[in-house]
Amino acid sequence: MTQISNTMSDPIYDAVMASEEREMPPLAGEQTTKEGRSYTAKPWTLIWWRFRKHKLAMASLFFLIFCFFSALFADFISPYRPADIDKLNTFVPPANIHLFHDGKFQGPFIYALKRSRDPETARVIYERDTTKIVPISFFVEGPEYDLLGLVPTKIHLFGAADKRQKVNLLGTDSLGRDLFTRLLYGARVTLSAGLIGVAFSFVIGLFIGAIAGYYGGLVDALIQRLMEFIRSVPTIPLWMGLAAALPIAWDPLFVYVLITFILALIGWTHLARVVRGRFFALRNEDYILAARLAGASEYRIITRHMLPAMTSYIIAAVTLAIPEMILGETALSFLGLGLRPPVVSWGVLLQDAQNLRSISLAPWLLSPGIAIIFVVLAFNFLGDGLRDAADPYGR
Amino acid sequence: MTQTNNPLPPERLLQLDDVNVHFPMREGLVKAVNGVSYHINRGEVLGIVGESGSGKSVTARSIMRLQPKQALDAGGSIRFRRKSGEEVLISSEDRQSRTMRDLRGNEIGMIFQEPMTALSPVHTIGTQIMRTVMLHRNVSKADARARAIELLTKVQMPRPNDIVDRYPHHLSGGMRQRAMIALALACDPTLLIADEPTTALDVTTEAQILHLLKSLQQELGMAIVFITHNFGVVADIADRVAVMYLGRVVETGTVDEIFYEPKHPYTQALLRSIPKLGGQKARRLKTISGTVPDPFNVPPGCSFHPRCMRAVGGICNVTTPPEVRFPNGQISRCHFAEEFRSEAAE
Amino acid sequence: MLSLIVNRILWAIPTLIFVSFISFVIIQLPPGDYVTAYVAQLRHSGEYITELQEAAMRQEFGLNDPLLVQYWRWISAIVMHGDFGRSLEWNMDVKDMIWDRLGLTLAISTLSMIFTWIIAIPIGVYSATRQYSFFDYIFTVFGFIGKGIPEFMLALILMWLGYAYFNMDVGGLFSRQYETAPWSWGKFVDLLEHLWVPIVVLAFGSTAGLIRVMRANMLDELGKPYVETAYAQGFTERTVVWRYPVRIALNPFISTVGWALPALFSGDIIAAVVLNLPTTGPLLLKALQMQDMYLAGSFILILSVFTVIGTVLSDILLAVSDPRIRMA
Repeated sequence: MTQISNTMSDPIYDAVMASEEREMPPLAGEQTTKEGRSYTAKPWTLIWWRFRKHKLAMASLFFLIFCFFSALFADFISPYRPADIDKLNTFVPPANIHLFHDGKFQGPFIYALKRSRDPETARVIYERDTTKIVPISFFVEGPEYDLLGLVPTKIHLFGAADKRQKVNLLGTDSLGRDLFTRLLYGARVTLSAGLIGVAFSFVIGLFIGAIAGYYGGLVDALIQRLMEFIRSVPTIPLWMGLAAALPIAWDPLFVYVLITFILALIGWTHLARVVRGRFFALRNEDYILAARLAGASEYRIITRHMLPAMTSYIIAAVTLAIPEMILGETALSFLGLGLRPPVVSWGVLLQDAQNLRSISLAPWLLSPGIAIIFVVLAFNFLGDGLRDAADPYGR
Repeated sequence: MTQTNNPLPPERLLQLDDVNVHFPMREGLVKAVNGVSYHINRGEVLGIVGESGSGKSVTARSIMRLQPKQALDAGGSIRFRRKSGEEVLISSEDRQSRTMRDLRGNEIGMIFQEPMTALSPVHTIGTQIMRTVMLHRNVSKADARARAIELLTKVQMPRPNDIVDRYPHHLSGGMRQRAMIALALACDPTLLIADEPTTALDVTTEAQILHLLKSLQQELGMAIVFITHNFGVVADIADRVAVMYLGRVVETGTVDEIFYEPKHPYTQALLRSIPKLGGQKARRLKTISGTVPDPFNVPPGCSFHPRCMRAVGGICNVTTPPEVRFPNGQISRCHFAEEFRSEAAE
Repeated sequence: MLSLIVNRILWAIPTLIFVSFISFVIIQLPPGDYVTAYVAQLRHSGEYITELQEAAMRQEFGLNDPLLVQYWRWISAIVMHGDFGRSLEWNMDVKDMIWDRLGLTLAISTLSMIFTWIIAIPIGVYSATRQYSFFDYIFTVFGFIGKGIPEFMLALILMWLGYAYFNMDVGGLFSRQYETAPWSWGKFVDLLEHLWVPIVVLAFGSTAGLIRVMRANMLDELGKPYVETAYAQGFTERTVVWRYPVRIALNPFISTVGWALPALFSGDIIAAVVLNLPTTGPLLLKALQMQDMYLAGSFILILSVFTVIGTVLSDILLAVSDPRIRMA
């Protein structure tokens, strides 16, 4: 017995010992298996459970899904086209939607506007004509477009029942263009720029971060230096410098791709840092060592043991990087160095609100800014929620 | 059982009566300390033994009034005799009260388990000791520094004049624990609470630190509450022992009584699970069957009954056993404590 | 300690070279060069320049040399003579145009940083020590909002609020009568009256961020054993908190000073454009729009150099503050 007792894993020994152990306390209860479900749940299920508890993050997720759908179906939801100019309808204030007129239910409608000029300043003034109602109807015919680029149609979600009247939910700009429409179209550009920019920086960041984390040593030190260097350059001036070098005459789509690439060129360091940091932390984990000792190949260790432990962190980091990209695009376009009209993005829209004169005259021109704030906040909440949920040791 | 109203006997330094500390958690109320009573006399070393989660640290922290902020004081009394001779009812003091601040570091010193992290990493050893000395004693900076060096010498720190200006990360684990002890002894406390001070150390260092504590205790005549999960350590240092299980003291007695005549099945089981050198023949160690119940569902009656080989249905799982006092002062909380007397001889 | 400082400074040198090279590349990026622009300018004013003359000029200025040679000429002129080249747009030496504005940018950035610290640290400490209290929630909400509002948006909103409700013009750094006046006490007071707006705009976002960082750091530190040790010495809560965990929670903070500068410079540029401040922002923007690349490149170079210096300084500060770093 004494001889074998050294080899702990000997099955015979264990069996013998187990039989010896059989005497149980008389009152030993059943082992509780109440929490069994959480012991057997898969990591992603656990993350989802934890994430679900994060109310703000859930709300943000729904809000963002809503935003992306609105952007996707911008041409259907918006009543007009973003470039439609209406010289007789400049700086119209946002319309309030009413349901009751004179105490009677009318369905959704807005009041017509009376246009006049200030005798002193010759400025156009709009006054609400509370006697005249402009009913809003749904699925009305409007300008033609291709739904999702496939189905040619004229149907829009809503519009004024009377074709001669206009519904400007968020007012109009200096050329009489409908701000609501432009906001939706701008969402397409701004939100997708965020996603594409992050996709670029994700590829660069993952690649370089993984190289640094995997090889370590000199390669890592050099990459670390490079990242430190990029982080130490003020981003906006650098973006500005790079963006300004793009010829104005280039195709807007090309400029758009280049701008997102420029944003990514500087934004990847953060992601690379996260990837590298996780790589290093995981490399020293006992379970990785255990896998290595068990003879797992390097490929298997990385794909089966390290990547699954990293994906959640990377997703959280990516989510948190999107708002940075959106803010970068907006800031550049706002300064006139990024996207330029006729492209519509939220930053381009905000160019109209750049000076005091226009925002004092038409404060609703700031509404794309409000949209930016909400989207950025939502991404931040979502990212925070994901990060908390991804932490296996968090509460 | 409650002697709360009687004054403390003159030799008594600290007495806990029926102390309860609870933690309200989302999953329910955790009774981390569930009616703990023990006492310690001047110049005595009391060892407190128990598994992790038995409430030994929480009890110690409530003596210092440093229990976690979400903890609820759920009754019981803790009394302490000050250097001046007067009695303080610690349990009615607030965490931040003047009396408590005056006691801490001055009359009650405390050392912790993790010498690696229990000292501030950005201050020198000297600074940390000097701050405590200057807080409680009206001395100049130079005197405080001299005192710090004196203390470091006392804990047998090599090169105290040099170490005094060192940061904790310059020191090894054993040296840090010495520094920690020096800090706790800064103002000659009458009571030292040592919360697993040697758990994080390797065995040789552990032996040195135990030896140091023992000699300091004899030299300075202070009392020590020594918390550990290691019976061997208790045997080395303690005069008396209290065994804790799930927030209760299940047995108290002198070291000899506990080791040779344990009167509680838990103590007996624990002792059987210790490997012994020079045992008759190779035998498998007896383990305690089952696991410590989760703190939200403490078993009714005697909380040890699901793991106890002597448990009797209808008694052990129904009523909480009372304290059974033996003539020699040994106390056991077991319905069948009296029956063990005869067995002990075996 | 000394070796660490020397080491950091030595490391900064390749960074500086790299920074300057990038700046130079940016100068070179737009199609056409100095001569193209200069010739266009001359032609515009009626002079006649042949292709041959243009080529000769190019030869003379050394624009046909390899990029590295040109870079060397450019950087050595800056390092040796402080000569940053010439702004075509303004027909002035760049060095005569930038320092005033850089000074103001630096002043505003530094002030906002100090302002941020003064506000963020106590609030972060408060939030951590009173976790889940009413004010903790308030500050948390503020932290999120601060993160979500871009600087130019805040500047626009402030401007609009100032105009609509207080009937004042919050743009600019000086009132009209002081704009061109020489420095005087009156001008200084006037500057202070205008300065708070850009400082609030710049500090808002970073304050919100730093409160979150400080709170998280503090929560980490408050759970560490040395805090309990400090309590066990009998110190008051205030003493314990400010002497021990705050001291350590500040370290990651200090190390971010260097990173804070680029963010502040970036924010300053946008805020300055909106608020019409006489700092680097509007001039840099104009230079970039006009492709006045020597001017723009110089700004980018100098701002980057400032941040590199800031990073080195914060590394050294960190070493002073944290003995564990000093060792390494």
